[in-house]
Amino acid sequence: MAKLDSKIPEGKLKDKWSNYKAHQNLVNPANKRKIDVIVIGTGLAGGAAAASLAELGFRVKNFCYQDSPRRAHSIAAQGGINAAKNYPNDGDTVYRLFYDTIKGGDYRARESNVYRLAEVSNSIIDQSVAQGVPFARDYGGLLDNRSFGGALVSRTFYARGQTGQQLLLGAYSALSRQIGLGNVEMYNRTELMDLVIVDGKTRGIVTRNLTDGKIESHFGHAVVLATGGYGNVFFLSTNAMGSNGSAAWKAYKKGAYMANPCFVQIHPTAIPQHGDFQSKLTLMSESLRNDGRIWVPKKIEDAKAVREGTKRAEDIPDEDRDFYLERRYPAFGNLVPRDVAARAAKERTDAGFGIENNPKKEGVFLDFKYAIERLGKDVIEARYGNLFQMYGKITDDNPYKTPMKIFPAIHYTMGGIWVDYELQTSVPGLFAAGEANFSDHGANRLGASALMQGLADGYFVLPYTIQNYLAYEFDTPRMDPKTQKEFIEAEKAVKVHVDKLMNIKGKQSVDSFHKRLGKVMWDKVGMARNGKSLKEAIAEIQQIRKEFWEDLKIPGETDTVNVELEKANRVADFLEIGELMARDALTREESCGGHFRTEFRTEDGEAERNDSDYMFVSAWEYKGDGKEPELHKEPLKYEEIEVKTRNYKTA
Amino acid sequence: MSSKTINLKLKVWRQLNAKTKGKFEIYEVKNISTDSSFLEMVDVLNEQLVNESKEPVAFDHDCREGICGMCSLFINGRAHGPDTEITTCQLHMRTFKDGETISIEPWRAGGFPVIKDLMVDRTAYDKIMQAGGFVSISTGGIPDANAIPIAKPDADEAMDAAACIGCGSCAATCKNSSAMLFVAAKVSQLALLPQGKIEASIRAKNMVAKMDELGFGNCSNTGACEVECPKGISIAHIARLNREYLVAKVKD
Ligand code: FES
Repeated sequence: MAKLDSKIPEGKLKDKWSNYKAHQNLVNPANKRKIDVIVIGTGLAGGAAAASLAELGFRVKNFCYQDSPRRAHSIAAQGGINAAKNYPNDGDTVYRLFYDTIKGGDYRARESNVYRLAEVSNSIIDQSVAQGVPFARDYGGLLDNRSFGGALVSRTFYARGQTGQQLLLGAYSALSRQIGLGNVEMYNRTELMDLVIVDGKTRGIVTRNLTDGKIESHFGHAVVLATGGYGNVFFLSTNAMGSNGSAAWKAYKKGAYMANPCFVQIHPTAIPQHGDFQSKLTLMSESLRNDGRIWVPKKIEDAKAVREGTKRAEDIPDEDRDFYLERRYPAFGNLVPRDVAARAAKERTDAGFGIENNPKKEGVFLDFKYAIERLGKDVIEARYGNLFQMYGKITDDNPYKTPMKIFPAIHYTMGGIWVDYELQTSVPGLFAAGEANFSDHGANRLGASALMQGLADGYFVLPYTIQNYLAYEFDTPRMDPKTQKEFIEAEKAVKVHVDKLMNIKGKQSVDSFHKRLGKVMWDKVGMARNGKSLKEAIAEIQQIRKEFWEDLKIPGETDTVNVELEKANRVADFLEIGELMARDALTREESCGGHFRTEFRTEDGEAERNDSDYMFVSAWEYKGDGKEPELHKEPLKYEEIEVKTRNYKTA
Repeated sequence: MSSKTINLKLKVWRQLNAKTKGKFEIYEVKNISTDSSFLEMVDVLNEQLVNESKEPVAFDHDCREGICGMCSLFINGRAHGPDTEITTCQLHMRTFKDGETISIEPWRAGGFPVIKDLMVDRTAYDKIMQAGGFVSISTGGIPDANAIPIAKPDADEAMDAAACIGCGSCAATCKNSSAMLFVAAKVSQLALLPQGKIEASIRAKNMVAKMDELGFGNCSNTGACEVECPKGISIAHIARLNREYLVAKVKD
């Protein structure tokens, strides 16, 4: 395999992107019609890319597993989207957004990509407003901002607690327009099963139609994976039920490197787990930390009384409340980055101060009493009404009266497919955008930056960079998957794989395996990991995987809707992804961002980075089934930023 | 949360595909926590069926937090069940009583053919969007987001309409199977904003024409859609749609 070439353009950081655009190759308008681009996924990155590429004149085929492109899980993002507009005049700049993102990511992201992200952030807001996205406004008619964790400025734009929905529907509207015009062919309820490589270049995909089970192939001059993250490897997460890592994993097995797979974000504010049948965790937006104060009882007997229902949170006086984030991090208080807030909640809960009456006695309070006293109930309702309603429906509690109960949950994967500056993977012609790639968030993503990155990649980065590749492709004739041997072979392999799953005919359901995997991941590769737990995890995952292939049970047929088969196909991959995550975490003998190794921490319990040995991106290369993957390292160089220990205690 | 467990009888619609006829089957589920969501209860049923080597019940769902619009279901005769301003995935079992029989059916509307069991095909809603549910702009070359101020009440009302999740409960609930509330939500959202105002009447005309073509019925103002809309979208938006539609007709 070729060595890692990140293709970072020459020149000063602030000039790189303009230099790149000035010199890159473009495809002339007449030739664009001769080029097919396949986009997998219809979220912010995929939907925006499919629409934008079609507007440019490329012929686009877009795929999603849901019944409509509007369902992609970007829709569930609540709080907001960052941009360096500096509308509030509070001192924001492109550089500051860039700096906060690198620092928030604990110095494990690629400098040039992040700078570009900050640079294009403002255009995203302009674009969305023009599409009719109803962002929140002030009485003067101008756009409003709020604050998110890890920043000292207010740069987050929002549409109530449904920012992701509104931005996604914006991208969906652009995509719908292109579908209506005949420039995008849309395939709903279709799952990617494999990629097809011809003479070293990505030339298409094999899919399975989820309603009738048909296996089909599609040709493309290039393929874009915008398939989100693999957080569901933990079974319980804030991801949608169908979110999966299979597209990324198929790519990995075709030679795309997986980068930093152990970097997973644990979101500090989700509703705590209620029981064993729970299917997913529901997030409560980070924006709530603008006005909510996080605390646990100071006295351990109060915590116990709250759990047992003999004392109510409201009855604990202020002096007996431990506002532990404000105590430990005075400068950022409740708005510390997610990894810091999540770990602090775990620390209190482990010490016995958890307040939820669930098996693990987990949970802390998020209290709006103070904000309601200061601003009035109406203001709080206008800001967070829909989140409070959602919380009420799920828990049967009234958060206007009693504090919310929250606890950390798996939320986002910073790791993903390795890409270069052009968002191209290590397989020519294969690109990855949005959460599916690894490049912008390092070891921890800041709140309101996922929407920014997805749309940046989809609207403003990929439509340029992909042309630098396609400029050499317009005279490659379209291939006929029916006659081209690589397609025929790939289809055959997919059918063999499906039959293999169906023919195990064992006794245990897919979910039972998935839950077992999730438990190992959460206990041993979760919020706190160490060498011992990671080695155990690898062995246990291998054991579960072995049993899966011997004892899985899938009822039903392959030529109709078969949800168990869909899940089995995804869980088979999760059982391999989980192992690579543990392996990556084991190799990285330091703590950084969301990756917390208990052996590597400072005296006051903070993450201890090791820049001299680990300031690199780990990029894993698949070497064949049953063989150890090979680790490649992309060194990270910071030219415009001074690498420091992250400090949220003082400004 | 004060959780207990309940036992239930489920009357579930089973149908192999669009071409075959379906029928109700009766199942029992036991020890369901009242803190579970409705779909988690269906998960328990399905796990039970898989363990008996029977085919699980097919139903649509994804986000399970009330925002993607993929879940559906008629529960005890009501779209998204017996609670208001809620999707099926957010409905919790504390709403039901121990020993109760719950009937579960798919959306039933001409525009939404059954795919299997409780799963229906809602691509008609996508097609209506493709006919005009957008502002005709392309990526790039856009003026600054604050170049056009928008009065806060207008922005807020646009947001009320934009909250639509495209689940289909409006058409499924309507006795005429009309998709009017769905169309109105988008037309009204964009008509309220200067960016969308330019194409407001042509958009109304094209989307309504597409809705008619796809087999959805006429709106006779019964207001049932508004009651069952999980996002509480008001039929006042239908009035705005009608205004824009009339403008288009006058121009014709
Ligand atoms: S599953 Fe997404 S709204 Fe119910």
